[in-house]
Amino acid sequence: MIPRTLYRKLVDSHTVARLDDDNVLLFCDLHLMNEYTSPQAFAGLHEQGRPVLMPGQNVAVVSHIIPTHPGAIRVIADPASALQASNLKANCDRHGIALFDTNDRLQGIEHVVAPEHGMIRPGMVVICGDSHTTTYGALGALGFGIGTSEVEHVLATQTLVYRLAKDMRIRVDGTLPAGTTAKDLVLMIIGRIGAQGARGYVVEFCGSAIASLSVEARFTLCNMAVEAGARGALIAPDATAIDYVLQRAPDLDEELRDDGLRPQALAAWRALRSDADAAFDVEHRFDASDVAPHVTWGTSPDQVVPVGGRIPDPLEQPEGPARRSTEQALSYTRLEPRAPIEGTPIQHVFIGSCTNARIEDLRAVAQVVRGRRVADGVRAMVVPGSGAVKAQAEAEGIAALLIDAGFEWRQPGCSMCLAMNDDVLEAGVRCASTTNRNFEGRQGRGAITHLMSPAMAAAAAVTGRITDVRALERHHD
Amino acid sequence: MTEPLRIDGKAAAIRIENLDTDQIMPKQFLRGIDKSGLAQGLLYDLRFDARGAPRAEFVLNRPQYAGTSILIGGSNFGCGSSREHAVWGLQQYGIRAVIAPSFGEIFYSNAMNNRLLLVMLPPEQVAALMEIVEASDGGPVGIDIEAMRVHAEGFDAGFTLSARHREMFLQGLDIIGLSLAYRQQIEAFAERRWAAEPWTRDIAAVTRRRLGDSAG
Repeated sequence: MIPRTLYRKLVDSHTVARLDDDNVLLFCDLHLMNEYTSPQAFAGLHEQGRPVLMPGQNVAVVSHIIPTHPGAIRVIADPASALQASNLKANCDRHGIALFDTNDRLQGIEHVVAPEHGMIRPGMVVICGDSHTTTYGALGALGFGIGTSEVEHVLATQTLVYRLAKDMRIRVDGTLPAGTTAKDLVLMIIGRIGAQGARGYVVEFCGSAIASLSVEARFTLCNMAVEAGARGALIAPDATAIDYVLQRAPDLDEELRDDGLRPQALAAWRALRSDADAAFDVEHRFDASDVAPHVTWGTSPDQVVPVGGRIPDPLEQPEGPARRSTEQALSYTRLEPRAPIEGTPIQHVFIGSCTNARIEDLRAVAQVVRGRRVADGVRAMVVPGSGAVKAQAEAEGIAALLIDAGFEWRQPGCSMCLAMNDDVLEAGVRCASTTNRNFEGRQGRGAITHLMSPAMAAAAAVTGRITDVRALERHHD
Repeated sequence: MTEPLRIDGKAAAIRIENLDTDQIMPKQFLRGIDKSGLAQGLLYDLRFDARGAPRAEFVLNRPQYAGTSILIGGSNFGCGSSREHAVWGLQQYGIRAVIAPSFGEIFYSNAMNNRLLLVMLPPEQVAALMEIVEASDGGPVGIDIEAMRVHAEGFDAGFTLSARHREMFLQGLDIIGLSLAYRQQIEAFAERRWAAEPWTRDIAAVTRRRLGDSAG
């Protein structure tokens, strides 16, 4: 047997037919949909009179356009967005597809909702009309984003015409220093390998630093692999991942049912690893002990420095596209070459998104904020990743702590990560954000995004400037 | 339906690396349930100022570039969000091909599924082509899909396209229809998979039922 990578094993176990040298017909176990990349797919299906082949493998969540204002009942004021939501419901009703609708108490960001209820299991292929579907690699599932034409293809066939990717392995050993997180690690990696450093590859993360990450931290890491251009990210499922899934899979609970299913699942999941001598096309190694809190300074996630670092000087870069990118980015972000990033004043803080809006993220924010207040002149928003995360944070007292400290405690959704709803920043506003993209205009035309970890965003909220969270004295209760 | 084997036209250089799909089609144009009205949104913040007036200095707004049908971009063109609206908008604006050193992966698939031709050339060749079209206010540039070559005044370069993509572009294949020819194999495959890993069967429907009615 030729040794295979985990990625190849997942492709092989989902290949219905080989189409040519580069493409297979790939079976998809779970298809997630949202309200804005699926309507044209359903319309295409209806135009052709085609049914949804396997409705039970499909689920939809209203996530991107939903308002997050505090308040019990949510009403989507924008008529076009309201139509997207009602259209999604109509399409799901028509085809018998599971839905988390606007006022469902479990509604949230699709990539937070699906795993927290046990819909993502090791060894699955999961696709969604959203690029951050790479998140599910954290559980040993192959996840990746697709376009609307492909959404239609999956609805009609439960498969995709899938172009094979190459194999990359990123090994991270060592221990993340105190005050740093998976967000800092992934920002450092993207900064080193670049925004297209993993383009064309599925990345398998391994090493002792990865093994010691919680599942939620692994979600953050795999989520942002797409910002290095990756077509997927994987972490071989270990006891940590398997425990996470089993806690959310009553159908595999041995005490409830004695059908041998659980040992069968465990055996299948434990086999999900790359063979010892499997070949990777590219390998990178990083040392987690090198990681410092990272902050982006530009308009691409690879334009990032450690919080103690300085803004690069374009004149020190070779003439050409790289220098031009730095100049264009600095002109947009209104920062001076060679200036320290630390101390940069911010006016807004956004804590949310499929990258960093889970319960551990909110706990990290609360830990920094405890005993402090949001700085004068700063507007700080928390948008929990889902209704379940929000309820848990309220039960743990996190919500009360943050509200008392001056944060806005809002309802779940994608919100200001991409500003498709009414959470939009004004031009020139500088935002410390736990999201995944600092693109021009992403949070609002002319608004400036600095990506960072939840703890770093909390530190920015309480000081009013970009601050090294490690330098803040920790308050205990 | 067959497409002509050549694309000839005015070409505009956009010297931006990692030009993401948020910039190609900003959020405010994603609120439809159909594909219409996206030409207006294309590269909106680059084409229009904050008050909505055209930015005269932007290449596509210059009178010499009226009718541009080919874009020449920086590396990782179309990275970021999966929004296919970026491809639909390019086409509705009149763009038929994009030439760049590399493309975002999801954008690449989206483009092919819509028969927007993407041509990858090495960075030095893209840089040379940009110089040529900027010096001549738009070329013209010709792309011969049959021969897989790009031509301009003083420029000639070959490119590659997989057999599948070439056929998709030239023939306009009904990909879903072709895959549905495998329907029996797909259904048999699913039965085998669900027998081996029953916990994946109807995973969405089963989970939704277990969670019960949580409607507010």
